[in-house]
Amino acid sequence: MEGTTNGQRPAVELAGVVKRFGDRSGTEVTAVDDVSLTIGDGEFFSLLGPSGCGKTTTLRMVAGLELPTAGSIRIHGEEMGLRPPNKRPVNTVFQSYALFPHMTVAKNVGFGLEMRRVPQSERRALIDEAIELVEMGSMAHRKPAQLSGGQQQRVALARALVNRPEVLLLDEPLGALDLKLRHQMQVELKNLQREVGITFVYVTHDQEEAVTMSDRIGVMDDGRLLQVDTPEAIYERPSTRFVADFIGQTNFLEATVAGPTEVVLANGDRLRLASDHPAGAAVAVTVRPERLTVHRRGEAPADRHTVDGCVESVTYLGNAVIYGVGVDWMHLEVRCPATLAGDRRSVGDDVTVSFEPEHVALVTG
Amino acid sequence: MAVDAPARPPDGEPPVLEETAEVDTPGLEREAERAKARQGFLLGLPTIVYLLVFFVVPLGFVVAYSFATRTRSGRTELRDFNLDAYARLGDDIIMTVAWRSLWMAVVATLICLVLAYPLAYYISTRSPTVRNLMLVGVMIPFWSNFLIRTYAWRVLLDSDGLVTQAFEFIGVGDGRILFTSNAVILGLVYGYLPFMVLPLYAAIERIDWNLVEGARDLYASGWSAFRRVVWPLSRPGVIAGSILVFVPSFGAYVTPAILGGNKEGLLGSYIVLQFLSARNGPVGSAVSVVVLVVMLVATLVYFRTGGKNL
Repeated sequence: MEGTTNGQRPAVELAGVVKRFGDRSGTEVTAVDDVSLTIGDGEFFSLLGPSGCGKTTTLRMVAGLELPTAGSIRIHGEEMGLRPPNKRPVNTVFQSYALFPHMTVAKNVGFGLEMRRVPQSERRALIDEAIELVEMGSMAHRKPAQLSGGQQQRVALARALVNRPEVLLLDEPLGALDLKLRHQMQVELKNLQREVGITFVYVTHDQEEAVTMSDRIGVMDDGRLLQVDTPEAIYERPSTRFVADFIGQTNFLEATVAGPTEVVLANGDRLRLASDHPAGAAVAVTVRPERLTVHRRGEAPADRHTVDGCVESVTYLGNAVIYGVGVDWMHLEVRCPATLAGDRRSVGDDVTVSFEPEHVALVTG
Repeated sequence: MAVDAPARPPDGEPPVLEETAEVDTPGLEREAERAKARQGFLLGLPTIVYLLVFFVVPLGFVVAYSFATRTRSGRTELRDFNLDAYARLGDDIIMTVAWRSLWMAVVATLICLVLAYPLAYYISTRSPTVRNLMLVGVMIPFWSNFLIRTYAWRVLLDSDGLVTQAFEFIGVGDGRILFTSNAVILGLVYGYLPFMVLPLYAAIERIDWNLVEGARDLYASGWSAFRRVVWPLSRPGVIAGSILVFVPSFGAYVTPAILGGNKEGLLGSYIVLQFLSARNGPVGSAVSVVVLVVMLVATLVYFRTGGKNL
């Protein structure tokens, strides 16, 4: 291991990575399409996308369980090439955990150390420490079948972390847990990562999970990496329609680029919005439901951008109210903090919907 | 339901009917359960009778015969039950035959295991279509009679048979193995190989491939991953296959008779010899009983050790 020099180099670099799967009938599927990506040392990085978008395949290529059709994968500057998984400085937490059913928790955790021929005396202490880290001390002598899903998940984590990998790869590790446990594990995972300081590459299709845990997120769709940014930037300034739609709820207002700092909405309204698209390009303006406000017709403040419409639906959520507002050229969703029933708009009301110009983002695709 | 009402209070309310019904319910439920059990028993009855008449009762005869008395004329009479036949089991001739049978069965089982494991592994890693075709291939020999197939080997191994000639052509020894213990082992392996392949296939096919990837990810080489993960998890198949090959090999009669020419006696032929030629029913039965017990114990022990690791 290179020790301290690792700090200066990115933990993982993908350059032009392509993976095609072919079957015998000759049809080829491009699972990963020209992905280039740099993940910093000590970063919590998430690959986010719907199932089949290529995120797991990307992770498996870093682990060495799949070999790329083209492109290069480096870990701390070292080219991985055709290296088999057992010769790579990474460990994986599998979606199914892949715990060895015929071994106890302690044996499972010690497997990697044993394979690397760490002397027995050192092994014991490392195993105990790792099991303690995930709070499974009392279960060391149980077999995986005697553990709950959450406990198995912890063991899988300890089994990977005990080896002090340069990069820890996690493939939807919380997918099999129920919602409450998942929320709890999200917090624990994030704390654990901060504690051990290892680079985490986390694959998930759950946007909330990615947003709460990650330092940065890479959104993938159909094999391509669409946007890499902080959770906030991805949410507030999505670059494509897919990203905006995938991360949370949103509204799209069809528009055309009028100039470098102006777009024209489909109803003819003009909006000051910088873009590097040529004039005349078809784009969309996206604005989150919670960034919209509903007013009685004509009562909107003058400094906000406004659209007139008519309430089509009202959904009471307890802590919020969702208004569906029909505008003659589209439909908007507005999320308002819940107000008392008397102060609520009702279906059929004529209203004005308003938003701050800086709360919108321009997307393509 | 007619309810006698001696307890009816003189001018109180009539007895509550629901209450009586409630008390009756558990009885009805038990009755229904008993009827269901009876139904299951009736369905199983033909087979139970069949097994009793053609398996349990004859087995009882064998056990009874082993304690029976042999008259001077060679008849077996079920009186004066004694342990004379069992006392003869230590005879040199019987021990020699027993050890030879054990050795042959062990060798045949090991050869089957070594041949079957790679094949089973290969089959279980194919696509479902290829897998099924190959499994049918493994089972094709069952479509023709075991006796006929064993005679076919005799033709092949004859001094002017195809195999012998081929051996002589490429110059490996004189190739005449018919009527040797090698021919018997060859016949046993040929006959029982599918019994090893199928349970091994079933066990290997069930292994979660993620576990192998997990092992590789945890620095195991391909060989280590096999030794530490695939092999231990396929052990139920190894055990089942070994029993299925060992047990019939240990008591084999047809194969040694046809391919071994009975030059070197095995337990199967020794038992037949005792009954038909030596006319010593008690000794033949005693040997049978011991063989059965040994197989039973082996089976139990194997399942115990295997079951723990499942």
